[in-house]
Amino acid sequence: MTLTILCALPLVGALVTALTPVGGGRPKQIALAFALLTLVEGIIVAIRFNTGDSGFQLTEDVTWIKAFGAHYALGVDGLGLLMVLLTVALVPIVLVAAWRDTNRSSFFAWALALEGFALVVFTATDVLLFYVVFEATLIPAYFLIGAHGSIRGGSAGRSWAALKFLMYQLGGGLVLLAGVIALYVESAKSSSGPSYLITDLQKLDLSTDVERWIFVAFFVAFMVKAPLFPLHTWLADTTEMASPGTSVLLVCILDKIGTFGMLRFCLGLFPDASQWATPVVITLALISIVYGAFLAIGQDDLLRLVGLTSLSHFGFITLGIFAFTTQGGSGAILYMVNHGVATAGLFLAVGFLLRRHGTVLISELRGQERATPVLAGIFLVAGLATLGLPGLSQFVSEILVLISAFDYHWWVGAVAVTGIVLAAVYVLWAYQRVFTGPGGDASIAPGEIPAVRDLDRREIGVLAPLVVGLLLFGFVPGPLLDLANPTISSLMKHAGVSDNAPVVAGGK
Amino acid sequence: MEFTKPHIEYAQLWPVLVVFGVACIGVLVEAFLPRERRYVTQVGLAVLGLVVALGGTIGVGVHLDALKGGARGLIGAEGALAVDGPSVYLWGLVLICAIGGVLLFAERRVEGGVTVFAGQAAALPGTTAEREASTRGLEHTEVYPLVLFAVGGMMLFPAANDLIMLFVALEVLSLPLYLLCGLARRRRLLSQEAALKYFLLGAFSSAFFLYGLALVYGYAGTMEFAGIAAAVQGGASNHSLLLIGVGMMSVGLFFKVGAVPFHAWTPDVYQGAPTAVTAFMSAATKIAAFGAFLRLFYVAFGADRWSWLPMMWAVAILTMVVGAVLAVVQTDVKRMLAYSSIAHTGFLLTGMLGVQSAGDLGKGEISSLEAVLFYLTTYGLAIVGAFAVVSLVRDSGGETGRFGAWAGLGRRAPLTAGVFAFFLLSMAGIPLTAGFIGKWAVFSVALSAGAWPVVVVAIASSIVAVFFYVRFILLMFFTDAEPQGAAAVTAASPLTTGVIAVTAVATLVLGVVPGPVLDLVQHAGSFIR
Repeated sequence: MTLTILCALPLVGALVTALTPVGGGRPKQIALAFALLTLVEGIIVAIRFNTGDSGFQLTEDVTWIKAFGAHYALGVDGLGLLMVLLTVALVPIVLVAAWRDTNRSSFFAWALALEGFALVVFTATDVLLFYVVFEATLIPAYFLIGAHGSIRGGSAGRSWAALKFLMYQLGGGLVLLAGVIALYVESAKSSSGPSYLITDLQKLDLSTDVERWIFVAFFVAFMVKAPLFPLHTWLADTTEMASPGTSVLLVCILDKIGTFGMLRFCLGLFPDASQWATPVVITLALISIVYGAFLAIGQDDLLRLVGLTSLSHFGFITLGIFAFTTQGGSGAILYMVNHGVATAGLFLAVGFLLRRHGTVLISELRGQERATPVLAGIFLVAGLATLGLPGLSQFVSEILVLISAFDYHWWVGAVAVTGIVLAAVYVLWAYQRVFTGPGGDASIAPGEIPAVRDLDRREIGVLAPLVVGLLLFGFVPGPLLDLANPTISSLMKHAGVSDNAPVVAGGK
Repeated sequence: MEFTKPHIEYAQLWPVLVVFGVACIGVLVEAFLPRERRYVTQVGLAVLGLVVALGGTIGVGVHLDALKGGARGLIGAEGALAVDGPSVYLWGLVLICAIGGVLLFAERRVEGGVTVFAGQAAALPGTTAEREASTRGLEHTEVYPLVLFAVGGMMLFPAANDLIMLFVALEVLSLPLYLLCGLARRRRLLSQEAALKYFLLGAFSSAFFLYGLALVYGYAGTMEFAGIAAAVQGGASNHSLLLIGVGMMSVGLFFKVGAVPFHAWTPDVYQGAPTAVTAFMSAATKIAAFGAFLRLFYVAFGADRWSWLPMMWAVAILTMVVGAVLAVVQTDVKRMLAYSSIAHTGFLLTGMLGVQSAGDLGKGEISSLEAVLFYLTTYGLAIVGAFAVVSLVRDSGGETGRFGAWAGLGRRAPLTAGVFAFFLLSMAGIPLTAGFIGKWAVFSVALSAGAWPVVVVAIASSIVAVFFYVRFILLMFFTDAEPQGAAAVTAASPLTTGVIAVTAVATLVLGVVPGPVLDLVQHAGSFIR
């Protein structure tokens, strides 16, 4: 029941928040309380989790639709647990960050609904259940983008972005539906009758062609979600128009479903087809890394810039996954967590900038370092994490992925490394233009109170846990690796690859 | 010549007879009761008759005997009607839609105290007679017997087990519908044009159907489905006679279900007819017609399916593509829903393609019949609910379907717009709505039968369909209202709100826990042969 409670808490919270009247009812406080309760429940799940075991734990299994062989089946492995923890940690942060942005309770209700569905996505061990919630997450996301955009931009641009987002996602979802249905057809041929449980599907003996087609359907859907070149074009438009809090939910949590699905389903259910597709996937990942970085360099809008850096990072994650080594896989899982933390920091910092200036166009901002030193500092830390500075969390995962890339082929590694160089360009150049140099409050005479105020306590409180996370996971990646390794090892065993898992030296 | 009294299985057929009986009483009520008491009497009678028939249907369904080969039930009325699981299930479905329809017919509050039907249909539009009828507050209460006759026909249609009964049922269900379409109180010319168009095209397609029927009789030498099946299996002479016959009969049926290229009437009729009638007929006609379609093609022509499957493939593909693409360019809600219902016909045909012999099905795999029956359930509920919502959204000139008038409705009436959006999401097949399960079912049976190209097209047209549904939700929630001519939601009586609430809840429940209904469909078994 632990996992059911975990997933139900935010959904109930969403309902309660939506039904609470704004005047006097304190919907925000209620929403935050539910988010914190979910965080506590997530920690309970983590405590009960046994790191040594590679299978699903805390499992629940109830027959849901007998005719379809579908089960309400939940369970977590290391990968699932990391994603759950990322989700439950980020949502309260987002809620507090958006505290002053809106008075409408619907933002908080939709955010909680999104959290609830996302948690089911990460804990589902039944493909149909996964599919159902995979699609269901889009409805809250759609309303978050469409109704609660960032404070600039008209409703026309926002609704266009929401439509574009939803069309991409639902299109990918329908392609996935074809794959899900094909799985049913195949599993109905087996002697035990149709079943959608992952454990049953892994035993299925698929013919090569069928396995490849189903793999393609799954992969295309995850490619839209993650996103990867060439299905990434919704990303920047969405992050530009959505409020920064929404962007955190979308990019740091929801997009992880894409890479999560690649690991869980593409590698887990179709290992042979995954290996067959590796050259194409790695090419796409490399294009995403380099192209995403170049796009980010060229942006004038910070929100678009941060969105596009994610394209580059998702390229890295996919590269790690499809390098088919334990190092690459574990690196990719670590990357998913660290990217979530670092990008959340960037988005929220940019969001605070936006609240102060009403714009985040790089060309209109200069010298903000002097007016808002704390904000600048936090932006810099998150940015340095994004570019993979040693000592900050992303470095560990990036190095693991790069090692596996060089193992795969030297030129793959060589191309991937340029992504890091370009990351330095987009982060530092943006920082230089926005925060340093003359301008800012230079016009204000000494002694006068600057018009733009630095971060207040709430805002620092929001960003502090993220910065702590960046530093902590940079120096002590061991616990994360302990969770990621068993999952990856069993996946690699399933795929017939044997090598050694990465360990932190001198730990014990 | 000796005349033997036909044997009628009253114990199994009485729900149908109740509907017809109450319809006849309704006619008598029109003749003998004073005008002011007719409305209450007719509505009460119609609802009571339908509820009793629904109860009877459930009773009949519970007591059907299981037969060999997965079917249950019996062939009654001297071989003319098959009372088997699918028939009884479809009866129930038609009756539920009909109850919803009658409740919508009876709505008086939104139109200021009168029903949505013309005060006096015989009065020409724009004449003194019409004005007089409207000032006197006249109402047509003949609509209730008419709808009951149509319902009776719809119950006979899927149960018909010989060609003559099939044709008679087709006409019995069609004729009252032609009339009902022309009875709108507002925009009467549009309504009458719709009725005329529907009647002319319907009569034309009936002629095709009848001609095909005669050819099939000529081929098989018998009217009964079982006899035709035996002739087809035995490979009787002159196969081309059969093919032409099957083709022409399909024209009639394709027309009824609104499949391309026989779909042209759908948008005009859906738009012109009173919305309550549209709600009823878009659901119930399709349910009945698909029931008959399935029985005719699975039972009578099943052995020859390699001859007609290619035609079905082509029509299914065309229907989905044309329906979805044309829906994108509509600017009127009712027309958009009409084209979307054409696309749904395509999805249902996709399910029909999934026909496989029982031996080819895996253990516990759902069959094509089950998938189509479930899809009909989800579609019927969503479309009745959606049109019921449409009937509430009005501007100063009455009901309006213009997109511009609906802009920003989500801000003015969040609940109504939210429910409408939910119905649209169900029709788009988004998970956690009934539509998703239905879509999943029809696609999976088609894929299982090897019709993967059709499934690919179905997925592609689903993406197109999602676009226009989602765009409409966008229009309601994220677009600013027009300064002038914005529609508002009229307060309705519990009749309409009840229908909307029940269909919405059912759509949600079927999306989250479809198990019981799927079990029921599975329990209904296959067609009796």
